Amino acid sequence: MTQLWDFSGGVHPPGHKEVSTTRPVRNAGIPELLILPLQQHIGVPAEPLVEVGERVLKGQKIADIKAGMGVPVHAPTSGVIESIADYPVPHPSGMADRCITLKPDGQDQWCALNPVKDYRSLERDQILRIIRDAGISGMGGAGFPTNIKLQPPRDRKVSTLILNGAECEPYITADDMTMREKADDVIAGLKIMAWILRPERCVIGIEDNKPEAIAALRRATEGTQTEIVVIPTKYPSGGEKQLIQILTGMEVPSGGIPADIGVMCQNIGTAVAVAKSVFEGKPLISRVVTMTGEALQDPGNFETLIGTPIEYMLEHAGVDQNAVSRLVLGGPMMGYTLTTESVPVIKTTNCVIAATAAELPAPPPEQPCIRCGQCAEACPMELLPQQLFWHAKAAEFEKAEHLNLFDCIECGACSYVCPSSIPLVQYYRFAKGEIRAQQAEQLKADRARERFEARQARLEREQQEKELRRKERAKAAAEAQAKKKADAEKAAVKGEAVDERAAKSALVEQALARKKAKAEASQSPATSAPPAEETPDIGALEKQLSQAQAKLDTMQGMLDDAKAQQADNVEKLERAVAKNHDRVKRAEALLAEARDKAAARPSESRSTH
Amino acid sequence: MAFVQQSSPHARNARPTSRVMLWVLIAALPGLFAQTLFFGWGNLINVVFCVALAILSEAALLRLRKKPVLFFIRDNTAAVTGLLLGLSLPQFAPWWVSAVAVISAIVVAKQLYGGLGSNPFNPAMVGYALVLVSFPVAMTTNWAEPAMLWNSAPGFSETLATIASGQQTAFDGWTMATPLDEYKHKITIHTAAEVLNHPTFGNNVARGWEWVNAAFLAGGLLLIGLRIISWHIPAGFLGGLIVMSLAFGSNADLYTPLSLHILAGGTMLGAFFIATDPVSAATSHQGKLIYGAGIGILIYLIRTWGNYPDAVAFSVLLMNFAVPFIDHYTPPRTYGHHKARRGVPGSQG
Repeated sequence: MTQLWDFSGGVHPPGHKEVSTTRPVRNAGIPELLILPLQQHIGVPAEPLVEVGERVLKGQKIADIKAGMGVPVHAPTSGVIESIADYPVPHPSGMADRCITLKPDGQDQWCALNPVKDYRSLERDQILRIIRDAGISGMGGAGFPTNIKLQPPRDRKVSTLILNGAECEPYITADDMTMREKADDVIAGLKIMAWILRPERCVIGIEDNKPEAIAALRRATEGTQTEIVVIPTKYPSGGEKQLIQILTGMEVPSGGIPADIGVMCQNIGTAVAVAKSVFEGKPLISRVVTMTGEALQDPGNFETLIGTPIEYMLEHAGVDQNAVSRLVLGGPMMGYTLTTESVPVIKTTNCVIAATAAELPAPPPEQPCIRCGQCAEACPMELLPQQLFWHAKAAEFEKAEHLNLFDCIECGACSYVCPSSIPLVQYYRFAKGEIRAQQAEQLKADRARERFEARQARLEREQQEKELRRKERAKAAAEAQAKKKADAEKAAVKGEAVDERAAKSALVEQALARKKAKAEASQSPATSAPPAEETPDIGALEKQLSQAQAKLDTMQGMLDDAKAQQADNVEKLERAVAKNHDRVKRAEALLAEARDKAAARPSESRSTH
Repeated sequence: MAFVQQSSPHARNARPTSRVMLWVLIAALPGLFAQTLFFGWGNLINVVFCVALAILSEAALLRLRKKPVLFFIRDNTAAVTGLLLGLSLPQFAPWWVSAVAVISAIVVAKQLYGGLGSNPFNPAMVGYALVLVSFPVAMTTNWAEPAMLWNSAPGFSETLATIASGQQTAFDGWTMATPLDEYKHKITIHTAAEVLNHPTFGNNVARGWEWVNAAFLAGGLLLIGLRIISWHIPAGFLGGLIVMSLAFGSNADLYTPLSLHILAGGTMLGAFFIATDPVSAATSHQGKLIYGAGIGILIYLIRTWGNYPDAVAFSVLLMNFAVPFIDHYTPPRTYGHHKARRGVPGSQG
């Protein structure tokens, strides 16, 4: 008997699993249209490899990842690509996303397949490539690309490989039925993953409310070292962190991944998909979906093509349209409600609950929290939900974060038991969203500040260089003048007939000319020195002035802020403001001058606009 | 068709607050029964009066605050506050003492702080402490003599008439010093054996009081069994009291013995029904233990060296003050963390 550990908290919601386990898994068949979202996994969306109107074969790759993380999408049956456009996809927000729609031709004609008989003769990288090209991503919930998960960092040796057969959410029986009917495929997939990872231990954790699945897996693993570990039924034992704790007694470090403690969890459906991809060469184009809920006359599990609209599935399961009050994708604890039944089944869709109003009634109105602590008793992460709620509601996000808000797995156990029927998880989602938004905002502000400071430093440097050049020029001019004077004196001494007055006035004239030239140069530094007589562009000058004014205003604002916060860049900002102030004045002067000139020659100035 | 849109979880199985409070009311019945059996009709009359007045004041304040009256009244929390006061006040306390206690509890301590869930102090104990310091005579001379000592037991109507008359003190023949009061004041000049001769102590520990406390203990254990309260606060409370009594007051000729501390006065009512008010108590398990222990220790200190014979109200209120502090330093260790994050944001720990 393997030693088991318990996790803190947890709840025991009624299972409702018998609703969908009375009949074996049926084939859902081919709907009239398949909708295939390009992003069914974590990472970047796949890019279409096909054109509208193109005929594709079953299993043909129709979209792939060109750069970044992700897995390809395949045609679930043969047919014609009808469109590549935005359709509603399964998402809590009810958003639309890029999808390829496929009109099946009914022939269900496979493309060429490359099954591998002895995967042990291949390199690990080749197997991982096969898994990737089969479009396999985690089928339990998040949809993380499986080939990437199977390559943990080199220093994170996986010593325990866990297959998660807990399926702790009420209603869902997709994994249960898969284990009952395809135990050999499950084990084959596990073996392939074990061959890649070389763990010391392979464990399948399964809740004790699935005796048939346990028996089937025991038969399939007879004589092997794979452990079938039966765990007590308690929600959320199938949460990755909780299952790891139950089976190993270890905790996944906060913010870390299971591989950090030498553990990896894989989903039952994923194992089957891996086995199919290797032994049959078939990509992930279908999955088992539980259709359940009291609004269905014929509930059960269906082998469903990816892309099948939920609408089609509901009809298949005998939906009573008038009885459905709520459509839940996933389980009743963590699933989300659908706005429309037109969304397709995707690789992570495990269950659809068509619930009647009596089955999942609207919660009573929210009452004040009395801090009774039932939520803390139920929390599997040992958080203080009542405090998190308090801080989330008061928008004291820093305090909520301090109480480890981000360790919340949103399992819903706290809301499930709350006597005041407070939608606690919703408050936590809100707080997390706000904090993430604030962090993004902060990052943006930091970058802007860095940019500004870099610019200020550059301008300052340029100013200094300019000043240096000016001084050098002044020095050179002074030397030249001294030399000239000396020459003149020398000449006078030599007794040449020179009118001293004339010499002096020549010197003055020279100096004036230099000064004038310099003034002109400084007035139009950017332009390629237009002749002074040419009409100045008033529009451009005005624009310059307004820009300079705007810059001065922002700078002033920043300075005020900095002063209020006693930031350390006050000095720098003050300098910047002064400089901008000068710039504005200069621009104003220029503009006034230009206007004067324009007034003198009105017709010409018009024409320049 | 339009489907219901809602955030997960979709399933719920909660015991509503109203039922939680109803269980508290039910669990207090054995204690009320014992009080009535051993001390006459006084507590029952007080309970009915206080509960009714509590609900009325709550309704009036909710109306003033423009809150849905029925929605909040139905949570039964005002009734619990009234009940706790009715159980704690002296049997012959004149009606206006009870009225002041209830109204200040509901109006000031609860509703003016924002109503249910927002009160930092235990409302019932705010009311109790207020009348205790304001009307010391009425609060100390109106404790009923145990029923078996009465020559002519006051009937229901006589008791009701006494309470309703509003007299500061009831008929002397019906009242008697409480065991805690008696022992505390006599032990300074007598030995334990001499003090215990007084009929208020009876043959066991404290005549009548011992059964009242036992009944509240039983009700409290029921609440723990129903998971309506956790064991941490009562355990800390009684633990603190016991440890203090053993450490400082083991000499019965100088100090009130442990048996009296446990089985006389408001000990069990306080430990299981009053200190466990979740709104004003500490949050985590560890915090609750500390909070309860603080109350137990303070009760011992005030009973032994303070001016009052009993001290549940003051001790609870003093620890209410300490709750935010306790909460900052007693969060549980979250899954995946090496240790708990104590202190306030920004601090180390």
